[in-house]
Amino acid sequence: MRLTKACSILGILAFPFSLLASLGRDATSVQEDVAKMQATLHTSSGNSYTLHEIQTPTAVAIKEYASPVGQVFAVTWKGPFHPDLRQLLGRYYDEYVQAVRTRRAQRAGRGPILIQHAGLVVEVSGHLRSFTGRAYIPQQLPAGIRVEDIK
Amino acid sequence: MKPVRPHEFLSLFLAGILTSTVGCGGSSTSTSSGGGSTTANNVQTITVNTGPTAGPPINSPAINEAFTSVTVCAPGSSSNCQTISGILVDTGSPGLRILSSALTISLPQQTGTGGNAVVECLPFVDGFTWGPVQTADLSIAGEQAKNLPIQIIGGTAFTNIPTSCSSNGAEEDDLKSLGANGILGVGSFVQDCGDACTTTGSNNPGLYYTCTSSSCSVTTESLTEQVANPVAFFASDNNGVIIDLPGVTGAEASISGSLVFGIGTQSNNALGSATVYTINPSTGDITTRFNNNTYSGFLDTGSNAIFFLNTAATGFPTCTDLTFFYCPTSTQTPSATNQGANGASGTFTFTVANADTLTSNGTIGVANGLAGPNSIANTFDWGLPFFFGRKVYTAIEGQNTPGGLGPYWAY
Repeated sequence: MRLTKACSILGILAFPFSLLASLGRDATSVQEDVAKMQATLHTSSGNSYTLHEIQTPTAVAIKEYASPVGQVFAVTWKGPFHPDLRQLLGRYYDEYVQAVRTRRAQRAGRGPILIQHAGLVVEVSGHLRSFTGRAYIPQQLPAGIRVEDIK
Repeated sequence: MKPVRPHEFLSLFLAGILTSTVGCGGSSTSTSSGGGSTTANNVQTITVNTGPTAGPPINSPAINEAFTSVTVCAPGSSSNCQTISGILVDTGSPGLRILSSALTISLPQQTGTGGNAVVECLPFVDGFTWGPVQTADLSIAGEQAKNLPIQIIGGTAFTNIPTSCSSNGAEEDDLKSLGANGILGVGSFVQDCGDACTTTGSNNPGLYYTCTSSSCSVTTESLTEQVANPVAFFASDNNGVIIDLPGVTGAEASISGSLVFGIGTQSNNALGSATVYTINPSTGDITTRFNNNTYSGFLDTGSNAIFFLNTAATGFPTCTDLTFFYCPTSTQTPSATNQGANGASGTFTFTVANADTLTSNGTIGVANGLAGPNSIANTFDWGLPFFFGRKVYTAIEGQNTPGGLGPYWAY
């Protein structure tokens, strides 16, 4: 799918809130993410989702995928540090942290994270100075979007 | 415990003789060698076993984690010292970190703006460690890192973790969550944060804070103040390390090997015929080719398995309960090619075995073939099993070696 670049942070402030969204949330949360991370935002729209690309001052590149009805169904990140995961994962953050703790008790040792719950998938990989992550809500992927498209 | 095999016993025995011959009672003395130059004992024993969490009350045996002991002293002191075991050897991070609960001596606190304590939040892939930066003289084998900034993890002094820190995932500030009494980070980077933490304002990633007893704020931290790879602080043998572990077939209770300091600095750490794979200095990665696709890759003793791709890409099912490991019905030996930024490449095979079988016994601390998915499918995490039966050299960034300038891995 071809996406067209649309706007910068200044542009997005003029957008109606219904176009904007953060994992599992609607509209306002992308702006909250941008404000919290003092980041810049580019938004582009395709046929089946809207992509919000956030660049933080700490060189972390974040993508938030929003469905046509403005629900964020997936987020990804890549950079030398973690982004604010509490902000990015929103109400799924506590579930993520609890799942990491559970994993720890299962001889998991240190290594990448792969949490596969019925209603939440979180993957975190890499090492200090080079982290990658992806989180999505499987049930909320719009028709025609494959997990491999979220990257 | 499985008995030590004869050749291991012999090498341990010889190491013991050498150690006592040169008079390095395990911590800090140096000795003279033939030509009048001074060389330190640069060999530290490391052990892969079920680790400090195996017994009660945690009862969570480690698998494929290499542990060692370190001796820390208050700077300049030879009496205010403590030797701490159960320290994870990690080539994937820089710096020494010790659990507050494992430390019984008092070390000087690093201070920053307004004389307030400097406290660090270090992000790992699965969470973060939080605790004050203090200064110690580290002794390991015959090497010393003096006035080394280290992180003391957890503790009771700074319990108000800023949300900007606690938003990194799971807190790993006690033995149960960290899985070790500390981490000895001897990777390819010198500092844990680097230039980013020397900046002000929103460019600062927020790894270092100055804290009062009630609140903390992000601070700038110079390169020399940052928690750093202790090897770079050694007087000699300071350009990298070798991890030397025996080969492993299947599962064992325990194996022992060596952490050797320096590359080409003594007769026992020559590069020999090892191939040098230079590391991308900004990402800390090399390239791994697998099934005609190219991915980023890194070598990391701190990861306890080889983590790569996913079931769809490999055909290996994950285990039913241990969903972070692969459980093929029969042992597989896929091949991969690592390539350095310098273009050097080498193809090898590795083992993917059934993790349920490998980990079924709680006394097992070592398992070749332990592997798992790394689904955000662009990274090969070559964890500890990659190091079995290899001598793997990790050269530190900016340091000169007979194999050229670090950072690189060689094996």
